Amino acid sequence: MLPVLLGSDLLLFLLLGIIVAGAVLAWRDPSRRAVWHRIGRRSLAMASATVLALFLLVGLLDSVHYRLRLDQSAKGSPVYGVEVYSALDALLMPLKRDTEKTYSAPLATRLFTKESAADGGLRDFPRLRFGGAHLGENENLHMGDLGERTLRGLAGGILVWGIFFLLLGGGPGRTGVLSVLLVATLITGPAIALASGYHVFGTDKVGQDVLYLTLKSIRTGLLIGTLTTLVTVPLALGLGILAGYAGGRVDDAIQYLYTTLNSIPGVLLIAAAVLMMQVMIDSHPDWFTTTAERADARLLALCLILGMTSWTGLARLLRAETLKLRELEYVQAARAFGVSSVAVMGRHILPNLGHIVLISLVMDFSNLVLAEAVLSYVGIGVDPSTISFGTMINAARLELAREPMVWWSLVAAFSFMFVLVLAANLFADAIRDAFDPRAVN
Amino acid sequence: MLAYIFRRLAYAIPILIGVNLITFALFFVVNTPDDMARLQLGVKRVTPEAIQKWKVEHGYDKPLFWDAGASGISRLTNTIFYNKSVRMFALDLGQSDDGLDIAREIRQRMWPSLAVAIPVFVLSLWSTITFALLLVFFRATYLDLAGTVLCVAMMSVSSLFYIIGGQWLVSKVWHLVPISGYASGTDALRFLILPILISVVAGLGAGARWYRTLFMEEIGRDYVRTARAKGLSESRVLFGHVLRNTLIPILTGVVVVIPTLFMGSLLVESFFAIPGLGSYTIEAINAQDFSVVRAMVFIGAVLYILGLLLTDISYTFVDPRVRLS
Repeated sequence: MLPVLLGSDLLLFLLLGIIVAGAVLAWRDPSRRAVWHRIGRRSLAMASATVLALFLLVGLLDSVHYRLRLDQSAKGSPVYGVEVYSALDALLMPLKRDTEKTYSAPLATRLFTKESAADGGLRDFPRLRFGGAHLGENENLHMGDLGERTLRGLAGGILVWGIFFLLLGGGPGRTGVLSVLLVATLITGPAIALASGYHVFGTDKVGQDVLYLTLKSIRTGLLIGTLTTLVTVPLALGLGILAGYAGGRVDDAIQYLYTTLNSIPGVLLIAAAVLMMQVMIDSHPDWFTTTAERADARLLALCLILGMTSWTGLARLLRAETLKLRELEYVQAARAFGVSSVAVMGRHILPNLGHIVLISLVMDFSNLVLAEAVLSYVGIGVDPSTISFGTMINAARLELAREPMVWWSLVAAFSFMFVLVLAANLFADAIRDAFDPRAVN
Repeated sequence: MLAYIFRRLAYAIPILIGVNLITFALFFVVNTPDDMARLQLGVKRVTPEAIQKWKVEHGYDKPLFWDAGASGISRLTNTIFYNKSVRMFALDLGQSDDGLDIAREIRQRMWPSLAVAIPVFVLSLWSTITFALLLVFFRATYLDLAGTVLCVAMMSVSSLFYIIGGQWLVSKVWHLVPISGYASGTDALRFLILPILISVVAGLGAGARWYRTLFMEEIGRDYVRTARAKGLSESRVLFGHVLRNTLIPILTGVVVVIPTLFMGSLLVESFFAIPGLGSYTIEAINAQDFSVVRAMVFIGAVLYILGLLLTDISYTFVDPRVRLS
């Protein structure tokens, strides 16, 4: 087994490290800790945070990559397969491996399309290779088996939830966490019990399990929503503070830069940049050793482009706030003591902009997740080989005209996306209410 | 006022030059015309002659900025930069990569775009403001809470879902209007209803919530209490006083998009096969027609700057304290 560290994994873990470090720093400061305590006592905020944490867990599991070693017995330097797996793949290996021939409905035992039997018999819906295969000849037991598995799953789910309940106990904010966990375990339990024998969300055109695809999409959505901030925050902070603090020519130049970038319609600027990136990647195939690396580079480039085109709003907010802070007494005092400009900006202004950055980041996250789907539909999103909500929807859209309709891919992708974005929006609201002094209650 | 407008227009020039330079750098400096030719002709097994032929056909065979071989002014004009970028300032958009006149295409395709965009603009403005005022009217009740939750839920749904779901429900299940397509004249109406309706619904959640925040900030002011104290009905207070005083932030967000209505909507137009500028852009992106994308970027920037100017002028109409000078 050869561990593989894709660029996006590295950046994701780096970002996680920054967040943890920031959290530790914020925890030491009593006034900030009080704000977080306020968030911790609100059930809705904690509930949405729990949902986000569950998604993050899936995304992180999917970010630990490795390549399998081929041919165990061979001596000398080991040879590794070109396919890159993740820890999530390892957990879901049966789902990834057991592909059917083509579409099949959720929990079905037979294919969605009729086929002529090999022995020249009547055209019929052939049995699935894996979905319900354990039933053997007794296909009439299908419904009973589904019910039994669901009950077993529910029982297991409640058991797991009981453990959480005992661990967490009662308390303010805990009800939010526990109710989300209850729903999550009640869904996951039956899903696991059913997934060992069926395709819970059916299969797509090439027979891949839709549940597997949906879980894999989470990482792409999270990456787009979070890695973009690695570009926007340094740009917006640096240029925003500089423009507000230095004033004069510097301010004019920075304002000119962001007005110009802002004047270009966002989608078109992204489209132009992505088209150019595509040309670049296509004309340098020698840069990447595996297709996973190429898709990953494209994902990172997309984050870079989204970041380059979306820092302007935050920079304008930060500039305005810096203009205000610059005139306050404590900054004036620091300057009178002869503290250098860099130190004033870094030590006295920057810490007081934290809440603006945080609010704008959590609010942008949901928009970025939604934007990924739209951009992938337009054809300027992630690489077509990357599994994402956008590519899933795009593939399923073409089958809407079919009668009867193939609806399960769309429903799966849209509902996971909805839960993720809704949780992010609610969490963003909680953050804003807690940190924004102007917030209306 | 006129002097102000002229000065603002003069400010727009450096911004447009900046936009032009950025797009030029994106399209010609990041990748060479050879790369573009190879992409258009297929990456593998393409002869240098074919690349050269493609470049000559599309005018990409010239030097980028400076033609040392020419004489006089044509040293500057016989370049890609002059032909593809500088000429845009005279609104000479040139030809698309498949040889059609871009300006003519735009003149034809802007009408279907406007036919969707203008009703959407008016209806969403009306519906979001009405909905937000209703929420404010019932503030601090369960109706307000339910409405706010509905807004957050609505803005968490992907716009793709509204379009796909709407097409499925209205056209496929209820058979009320055609799924997609376009016709000229009054016949277009039955094709337009669904895209307009879906666009309005898709924007309702985010819009209403934003306006609700604006109104809630205003409703705590002293003049509102005075207005109530002198016996005005709540609806008079909301529509006559609160709405009027929030016009400035509303205009800031609204007026700037009016000129860009021409550009149409990428998603809606392509899903409903409306032959407007939005679907033109999508087709160009999918066909990797760089000339069209470049032209649309430039036009979009011009319209946006126009929108900013209109916003400033509109302030003087709603707030007598604002003077442009």
